[in-house]
Amino acid sequence: MFLTDEQQAILNGEKGETMAKVMKTLVMYGDAFGADKMVPVTSEYNHLVTSFGLKMISPVYELMDQLIEAGAISQQKFSMDPRPLDKNVPANFLQNLIFNKFMYSKQDFYEGQLKQLGLLNEDAFTCACYLDQVGNKPKKGEVLSWAESSAVVYANSVLGARCNRNSGIMDIMGSIAGCVPHFGLVTDEGRKATWIVKVETTKKPEAQLLGSAIGMKVMEDVPYIYGMDKWLGTELDDAACTYLKDFGAATASNGAVGLYHMDKLTPEAVEMGESLICEGAQVYVVDDAELQRVQDSYPVIWKNPDAKPKLCFVGCPHMSLQQLIDWTDRVKKGLQESGNKKVLIPTVFTTAPAVKKEFEKTRHANRLKSTGVVLSDICPLMYMNNPLCGPMPVITCSNKLRTYTTARYYTEDEILTKITKGGN
Amino acid sequence: MREFKGRIVTPGTVTAEAVVTHGGLNTLASFQKALQFGDKKATCGDQNNPDLYGKEMAGKALCLPQTIGSTTGGMVIYCACAMGRQPACMLFSGPIDSLAAAGSILASVWLPEAQMPVVDSLGEEFLSYVKDGMKITVKEDGTVCVD
Repeated sequence: MFLTDEQQAILNGEKGETMAKVMKTLVMYGDAFGADKMVPVTSEYNHLVTSFGLKMISPVYELMDQLIEAGAISQQKFSMDPRPLDKNVPANFLQNLIFNKFMYSKQDFYEGQLKQLGLLNEDAFTCACYLDQVGNKPKKGEVLSWAESSAVVYANSVLGARCNRNSGIMDIMGSIAGCVPHFGLVTDEGRKATWIVKVETTKKPEAQLLGSAIGMKVMEDVPYIYGMDKWLGTELDDAACTYLKDFGAATASNGAVGLYHMDKLTPEAVEMGESLICEGAQVYVVDDAELQRVQDSYPVIWKNPDAKPKLCFVGCPHMSLQQLIDWTDRVKKGLQESGNKKVLIPTVFTTAPAVKKEFEKTRHANRLKSTGVVLSDICPLMYMNNPLCGPMPVITCSNKLRTYTTARYYTEDEILTKITKGGN
Repeated sequence: MREFKGRIVTPGTVTAEAVVTHGGLNTLASFQKALQFGDKKATCGDQNNPDLYGKEMAGKALCLPQTIGSTTGGMVIYCACAMGRQPACMLFSGPIDSLAAAGSILASVWLPEAQMPVVDSLGEEFLSYVKDGMKITVKEDGTVCVD
């Protein structure tokens, strides 16, 4: 790989042993993928995935200490994935004991490290850092050193930024060195589609189900998706962006998609159209039967598959402001229709702290509160990692949460029925 | 015995018993319980992976097509290496993915005492041939011998 004189000097140790290791890490990372050079990180902010002060990741804290002590700190401020704890989310005494004393006992310590390394602000904890209220929204063509699979796929696909599916820890290495290796989704060639997906459903497909189907089929490849303009239009408006946020998260967690192009909608598809498709691209047709097949294939891993749900999570990835308002309307309407005053299953909506603050300024905040739904900025996945929460019958419309935990997936309409009208 | 030639991602030699997944290894889902709750055998906790679920991964030759899922994946591999609960080696039939590469490279650079040779591009036939329990030897030049 070609290195500039400055990069080579860092690698040779002229800025100290720790910086040499940072550069060596990036060079080896690039070499593994045939990178020809390093390119500067050009986004204003970074986004890191490892937000949780889990006792088990003490090797990460030791590494962060090494970086801090050597003055090898991020050249960019950064946002983080969501915090793992929120006292407003229902949990019993024992669950709380495990959360606070055993699992996330290093949270305060770790947040102290993050502040020294370049944390953007106290509210910068969300997986959806690109939402307007949060403000970490890269521009088209900017090169990022982000991690968080749902944020990377959104930044690449919807915003047209350039970022590989970097891992936790590798994300901050690029930010410290100020450069990332030039390979994969950072390159023009790596952004071309090797799959054509034809969506031929008779109704608007559920975002997280369609994303799951495509993710499981194409894995880490880039799909070019036809047929969604019929359901989403050709403008990246709030509704389309919200849909793509949830869709992308499912492609990234159920497979390993880092970039998709949606015909007539996402920026590179609008600009370059079919020239983005590689010759010999494979074809995948998604119709109603295929979506049903995919949903039916999800294993039910509750001890008692007929158990009454004890908790419901909506918002993985974190909900947008409009999404919160829409869900508030839907829950209110569902309760009115059923004659119930409050949701029948303890329900938590999750969103970014900055979105939560904005939402709380609207009239909808009290409307949502009156339904009994809890609004939180927690990471549902981190909640479910508690060994006393894992066995609980938890339901969700997040295919990401389903993939990583024991939570059971239902479509949004099914979730709405369950929480407002009852039934298993 | 059959030999397969791959590309070295992180160097090293080792002999270990194979565990095989034909689907992508979801690193977070597979390792998180084991790392969190002190399971030294690193029993796979990914209930969506019928090939590996409930099987030990620590000290085994983990044979796989690629890793998938959360971008904490590399950090999870790094932590597994730091805690001595990593596979003996990771052997990829195809080119390595960015998360597994990050984890193994981070361990190689920052944890020099943690050994986990990683070889990729061993070919589809490697994954068709290798079965759980077979004896795997990884040589210095990236050759993988399967007994």
